[in-house]
This record gives sequence, structure tokens and C-alpha cells, in this order.
Amino acid sequence: MFDDFFIRALIAGIGVAIVTGPLGCFVIWRRLAYFGDTLSHSALLGVTLAFSLSINISLSVFLVSGIVALLLLSLQKRTKLPGDALLGLLAHSSIAVGLVIIGFLTFIRFDIMGLLFGDILSVTTNDILIIWLGGSIILIILFFIWKSLFAATVNYDLAAAEGMKPDRSNVIFTLLLAGVIAISIKMIGVLLITGLLLIPPALARNLSNNPRQMVVLSIIGGIISVLLGLFGSLEFNTASGPTIIVAALILFVISMFVPSTDKKLQK
Amino acid sequence: MTKNLDPLVKLDNAGVNLSSKWLVRGVSFEVLKGQIVTLIGPNGSGKTTTAKMILNILNANEGSIQINTKKLAYVPQKVNIDWTLPLRVIDFMNITGEISKSLILENLKLTGVENLIYSDIKNLSGGEFQRVLIARAIAKKPELLVLDEPVQGVDFNGEIALYSLIKNISDTLNCGILLISHDIHFVMSSTDHVICLNGHVCCSGTPSYVAKNPAYIELFGEHTASVLSLYKHQHEHSHSIDGSIVE
Repeated sequence: MFDDFFIRALIAGIGVAIVTGPLGCFVIWRRLAYFGDTLSHSALLGVTLAFSLSINISLSVFLVSGIVALLLLSLQKRTKLPGDALLGLLAHSSIAVGLVIIGFLTFIRFDIMGLLFGDILSVTTNDILIIWLGGSIILIILFFIWKSLFAATVNYDLAAAEGMKPDRSNVIFTLLLAGVIAISIKMIGVLLITGLLLIPPALARNLSNNPRQMVVLSIIGGIISVLLGLFGSLEFNTASGPTIIVAALILFVISMFVPSTDKKLQK
Repeated sequence: MTKNLDPLVKLDNAGVNLSSKWLVRGVSFEVLKGQIVTLIGPNGSGKTTTAKMILNILNANEGSIQINTKKLAYVPQKVNIDWTLPLRVIDFMNITGEISKSLILENLKLTGVENLIYSDIKNLSGGEFQRVLIARAIAKKPELLVLDEPVQGVDFNGEIALYSLIKNISDTLNCGILLISHDIHFVMSSTDHVICLNGHVCCSGTPSYVAKNPAYIELFGEHTASVLSLYKHQHEHSHSIDGSIVE
């Protein structure tokens, strides 16, 4: 019924959505949207390094984003710059360095658009393996730090006082974020991955009144966005990454009109 | 101090230094099982810092802190829940450890907010939220309970009820309680040991001893001191504006 590439894209996309859902919830709760942006921008540098050193793209992206993430965490404690300025500094420098390196790599033909917006046509069986295997590892680790991470998200002092080791889970979570960017970069692209991290949890927020519900709904919302986006992209011959995000946006707009239990009293 | 065993907490000359300024320094005291120890002092005197140092939220930069229990519960002075997080009271009760629903209800009942169990935290009033915070802390059945101004924003009758609850808890759970409070009446009538802070320990001892202490009188004024009555002697030291001692 469908071409092989499309089936591969569906399997890969659903895998990505299952992982971005729960992580995206924490990104929203912890107000890390711009942090996610910075990590994904640094992924461009990861991709160019992968090409110039001919190593696996996901591995290289994970390493670069992971290093940038740890760098950010330690710089935030040390510099007098405000957090957002620091994020911007790292985001744009890593994009710039990445683009400069691309300029030097004249011997490779580069699909910049594919890098920025994702290229579903290029998803291989190997990529699917990376997404599902990497995704499972990320979710298993998240499962183990969940309690501590969640406590730290609600209140750092409470978590620290009652022995939940918030600092450790903060660092691990940041690395998981780098991991999710690494596995989904080929699907969605550098510019739009934060969209998939944010929009499904945002629409889930409109519909839920407890954290577990929000996580489940954002996974479902993510999967529906991927399905709609991929079919749309096939139907209208549009780039897959942006089409997935547009589908998520449409779902978000619809979710705003669904009456929710605690909306009345929301300020 | 008849219930003497190993102290739950023992501070020895502990202090916290933040960007080369001492927030609090030279703090030594103990909290024993079944004892209520109160920290009093003006704003900025290092009460919360001392509590955070004991709870391992802040590191002590000098001196030593010994904690002989792992069962701690904390009621922080300020908790801001981000509105993006959908959180009901029942979810909040469970954040640092699973507590059974019957136990949750039982403890919410103690603080008078059992009807709010499924309410969104954001929709609670300040006083209601304080009651939830206290209920959560005591539901954990801690050995050491640290309460940082636990009744702020609670109505007058509620305040009295909550203080008698806190007094009860220390008896029933036989836990050590470290309380930061501005309520001089409760501090003086119901606690075992009072530590008067102002960047350092000004004076400490039983409520009646502290109330007579000139350092206390200087910090809080004659009228508060007269709560328990006393005589006055020569000041041992005076304070400059930042709380440091001037000879």
C-alpha cells in the first residue's frame, strides 16, 4: 500500500514521539524551552563533525549536545551573564562554527535543508534501530530518575532536603535531552526539534489536571502529529518536519477550545 | 533535656559564606528526639540559612554538621509551583515518597484541608497551601521535622490549632522539631530550647533563660521580653547594622 520509505518514516516518527512526549513535559515544567533550542542548534555542529570525521551522526550529535549541555550547567553557576544571554551565546556560536565547518567541507555535497528541517526520505533501517534502541534507553533512564527529577521540578529545596538528590537528576536529564535530540535530528531537523518537544506537551497541558495525564496525552498528541504530518507531507508533497509541526500546532489550537476542569480558576 | 540520646542534629561552629559574605556563622546547637528547638531572630539573621544548611540544601563553609537520621521532612518558607505543572494536592503529597491514600487523607484532616485532596495546588489560598505543606511533612513520619515559618498566611484560629498540632506531633512521633517562628508566645510557652540568631548565635537556652537574656531584649525590645518577664543586666555586646558584634 505504501512505499517502504514511508513505512520506515512512520515507525521512526512514532518512536521519536514516544520519547519526546515525557521529556517535553519536563522541558515545559522546568522552563527549558530555550535550553532545548540551544542544544538542538549545537546539533548542527555535531552533524558537520560527523561528516568531517565520518562517524555516526546520532553519536556525534549526542556528544556535542551533551558537552554543550554540561558546559551550560557549569557556566550558569560561574558567570555573571544571565541565563538567556548565555544560552543565546552558545546557540549561535555553535551554529556559526557548524556553518563555517560546512564551508570547508567542499568535498562533501551537503543537504542543508535536510539538516535544518529533517528529511524523512533518508530514514534508513539503521536509523530506526537507533531511534528505538536509543529511545528505549532514554525512557528507561528517565523512569529511574523520574521521582527525583519530578520532586526537583516541583521544588528544589524540598527535593534536596528530603534526600532526592536533585542535582544528580538535573544533570542526567540534561544528557537525556541531548540524547533525544541526537536520535530525532534526522527526522525533524535542527530548527524544528524543539517544536516537537514543546507543542504536544503544551496541548496536553490544556487537557490535563495531573502530571501523569499530561505525559500520556503528550505522547498521544505527538504520535497523532507525526501520523498527520507524514500523511500530509505525502499528500501535499511538503517537507515532513514542518508538516509534523504544523499538524501539532493544529492539534494545539483545537485543544485550546476544549473546556478543562481547572480552567475556570486559572489566572 | 531529659530525653537525651544521640542528637538528631549537631551543629558545631557551622557557617555559610556566599560570595564572600557570611550569611550566618559560628552556629552550634543540637536537636534531640522529642525536642522542639526554635530559631528566632530578625529578618536576614540567618534562620532560613541555618535550616538549609542542616538540610543539605546549602553547604556549610566552616564548622561541622552531623545528621543522625535519614527521615527528614521540611516545610520551606516559600514554595512556588509553576503554573505549567498540573499538580493536585494528592500528587503533591507524594512528591518525595509514596504515601498511602488513607494516610494522606488522615494527615490532611489533621491540618483541616482533607476536602482539598483533589484540588489543583494553584487554586489554593496561601493559608490552605501552608496546611497542605504541614500535612505532607508530618505524613512522612519524620524523625527530624524542619518547619520554616509554617503558619504564615494562616488565619488566627488556624494558627493556634496548627501550633498545638505541631506540639502534638513532637510527642506522638517523638521526632525532633526545628522551628523557625515569629510567634513569641508559642516559642516561649511550648518549646524546649530557643536559639536567638542575628548572623551568629546571640543567646540560647530554655525560653525563660533566653527571655531574660539582654541580647534577646536588645533584639526584640522590652515589650516582647515582658511576655515572660524578667530582669535586665549589662549587655555583653551590641550589634552593628549588619548584625556583627561591636565591642
